[in-house]
Amino acid sequence: MRSVPKILLPLGVALVLLGAWHLGVRIMHSDLFPTPFDVARGIMELLREGLLLKYIVASLFRVTWGFGLAVLIGVPLGLVLGWYAHAYMAWNPVIQILRPISPIAWIPLAILWFGITDAAPVFLIFLASVFPITVASTAAVHNMQPVYVRAARNFGLGQFQLFRQVIFPACLPQILTGIRIALGIAWLVVVAAEMIAVNSGLGYLIIDARNAGKRYDLVVAGMVMIGLIGLALDLLVRQLEKFDEVRWGYAGTAR
Amino acid sequence: MSGAIISIRDLWMTFPGKRVGENIHVLENINAEIMPGELVCIVGPSGCGKSTLLNIVGGFLPATKGEVLVEGGPVAGPDRRRIFVFQENGVFPWLTVTDNIGFGLQDQPESERQRIVAHYIAMVGLKGFEQSYPRELSGGMRQRVEIARALAANPDIIYMDEPFGALDFITRMKMRADLVRIWQSEKKTILFVTHDIEEAVQLSDRVFVMSKRPATIQENVEIDLPRPRDLDSRGYLEKRDHIFRAMGMSLRVGEAS
Repeated sequence: MRSVPKILLPLGVALVLLGAWHLGVRIMHSDLFPTPFDVARGIMELLREGLLLKYIVASLFRVTWGFGLAVLIGVPLGLVLGWYAHAYMAWNPVIQILRPISPIAWIPLAILWFGITDAAPVFLIFLASVFPITVASTAAVHNMQPVYVRAARNFGLGQFQLFRQVIFPACLPQILTGIRIALGIAWLVVVAAEMIAVNSGLGYLIIDARNAGKRYDLVVAGMVMIGLIGLALDLLVRQLEKFDEVRWGYAGTAR
Repeated sequence: MSGAIISIRDLWMTFPGKRVGENIHVLENINAEIMPGELVCIVGPSGCGKSTLLNIVGGFLPATKGEVLVEGGPVAGPDRRRIFVFQENGVFPWLTVTDNIGFGLQDQPESERQRIVAHYIAMVGLKGFEQSYPRELSGGMRQRVEIARALAANPDIIYMDEPFGALDFITRMKMRADLVRIWQSEKKTILFVTHDIEEAVQLSDRVFVMSKRPATIQENVEIDLPRPRDLDSRGYLEKRDHIFRAMGMSLRVGEAS
């Protein structure tokens, strides 16, 4: 019984919002703005034409590369900066200056460097996600319980083994939280990047649907798909937090 | 005295204070010798520097002055032949009980590692919890894992820094009994820091009583009582009361000290 409101409550809110949307469009007699049914039909149309899957795959492909590179570089970089005080001293100011620059501001440079290839959005996604991941990894080392390192030293671990067997696993819960936040940002940015630089993907769908015939049903269809996939990505990363290797690090959440 | 496994000679420790030029003298002229196979407790009031002393002996902290010789050589850092059991529990939460206990055995072949781990899991009474994670265990069980991890590495010396301090009374009593039993079968040298006078008298061959800061070893009390120890016996109570008085404490609750 307890799980019923957990499903019914959000479902109810969604239905109320959809109803308000539908009524709103009807009352305003808008010709351009689509009703929820128009959007659903738009999604079906995209599905039939095979465009929906193609665009979703294109967007996910870019996120996979940009975000994957950010994880591969950000995690080790963050751990090293967290562990070596001098490296932190040297590099942290640069990172803190680059970090607040919106990835959108990099679009002209991305096009200049990479043209209108896939590399441009991949680069933007990488930029958007590498800083949160690096900062989370550095903070994880700084917050680590020193007793783990002392115990490892006692057992004679060398520097590399210390990183691999103790510092990395001790920091993993916090790193994973940083990764989850970064993935959300990466998904925001892929859409923005696709609006400018390329000719496929969900961001492109939105801009193209508007430019090529004011198909606002397809514009909103693209938005809905972005929201749903963003939710799916977040749920996916949350599943990782349930592994025994990291579950100890999330206090309070029904261990 | 020769034959000591640990010799502490004229050891001083000073920490820089909050203000520039201010120094906090923690340890002053500590001299002590511990023989192989001995179980020695260090007791003292809270904040007297007994943990600092253990950290220096364990190689985690350099002394300001003086030297510590362990097994004939000066201490240069932590060493896998001398394992530290931490007050705050140093068991790795991302590893199972089995992997924690086998942590110090990575250079051993897998079969040998399994054999040793199984042996110590049985010794500390954790059979059935081999694949559990620390978060699934009670505080006492986690401390048992840490003790088993220390024993499995087959050190000559085990340093214990208030290892039972966070446990409830009944668990603590059980842990003490088990520690004495394990020590008797394993023949390790144990240096054990506690603020609990009863714990020190129940466990040890000798008790170093430390003074307030700057701390010295003000008394070296021989506990020549047979084991298992009877906590109601005259001998036990005499030793206990002697240390209470040495630490300047009253034996009557409510009396101004």
